[in-house]
Amino acid sequence: MRYDALLAETITIHGHGSDAIEAYSARPLQPGPLGGVVVIHHMPGYDRATKEITRRFAEAGFNAVCPNLYSREAPGASPDDAAAIARARGGVPDDRLVGDVAGAASYLRGLPNSNQKVGVIGYCSGGRQAVLAACSLDLDAAVDCYGAFVVAAPPPEAPIAATPLRDRLADLRCPLLGLFGAEDAHPSPAETAELEKILAEHGKTYEFHSYQGAGHAFFAVDRPSYRPDAANDGWQRILNWFGRYLTA
Amino acid sequence: MCTYITKHLEIAGSAKGSSGWFPATTASVYFDHPVHAPADHTLNIDVLNLSLGPEHRVALELDPASARSLAQAILELVDGLPAVNR
Repeated sequence: MRYDALLAETITIHGHGSDAIEAYSARPLQPGPLGGVVVIHHMPGYDRATKEITRRFAEAGFNAVCPNLYSREAPGASPDDAAAIARARGGVPDDRLVGDVAGAASYLRGLPNSNQKVGVIGYCSGGRQAVLAACSLDLDAAVDCYGAFVVAAPPPEAPIAATPLRDRLADLRCPLLGLFGAEDAHPSPAETAELEKILAEHGKTYEFHSYQGAGHAFFAVDRPSYRPDAANDGWQRILNWFGRYLTA
Repeated sequence: MCTYITKHLEIAGSAKGSSGWFPATTASVYFDHPVHAPADHTLNIDVLNLSLGPEHRVALELDPASARSLAQAILELVDGLPAVNR
């Protein structure tokens, strides 16, 4: 019998500017050595669905942590209230995001059962932020799940102060897996094709998959956008990707 | 898709949230994923007071037809007011 146990808990980590921020950690109760995954939550916040994703990585044999990117605006608030405040204030600044992911990666590398390899994954707005982190930090693998505005500029009315990452892609420091919906408009298939072209020009290691019949947020099991076939295939590809690059 | 399109408004009035009445100073209006409504996307309205904190919030998630009906009703009522009240 395989002993299957994990510890999931709210913790405090030190993010951008050494700020103490809330995070959700899920770790297998195994001696290791294990790779680590930083989970970047979507724009609706540090919610139950994202915590479920974090636990799933632990169940799959990775130490995982999800920083609450809205800790500063709304400490202790419910995820939807925190997301509303963050939206009203223009979202998460890029430099703060990078600092918070750096803090999360440092937490993972400091665990006694860490193999010192850390990957990052993000969904929706977090997809772009995962790419940003992978262009800014020493990480070992990255996954972008339908992140918009990696190559295209956001509309003027967008609530987030996001700028395209086109000029940063030459700095991508680790292999990138991209999972997209063919029916998504943000990012559109044309945008993901352009991103793929830029990565190829820079000689980066990447793998992109676009799912027919799926739009934005096809991984979200609690929304009508959920597409089980795409999500199941996507999860397998994510675990294979992290297994390939985060396993000692 | 996430449209990301959000309109921010400064407003004046009061709203009643989970912690009671509060001065309403800001509204965000956007078309995006709902938290609760059973739809892919809804027209969402957050009435907020940023200085008082996140619990001072009233949220609506409306299907687009409902949002249009609500907006038209508001405009008809406001446009019908005597000029001195507008």
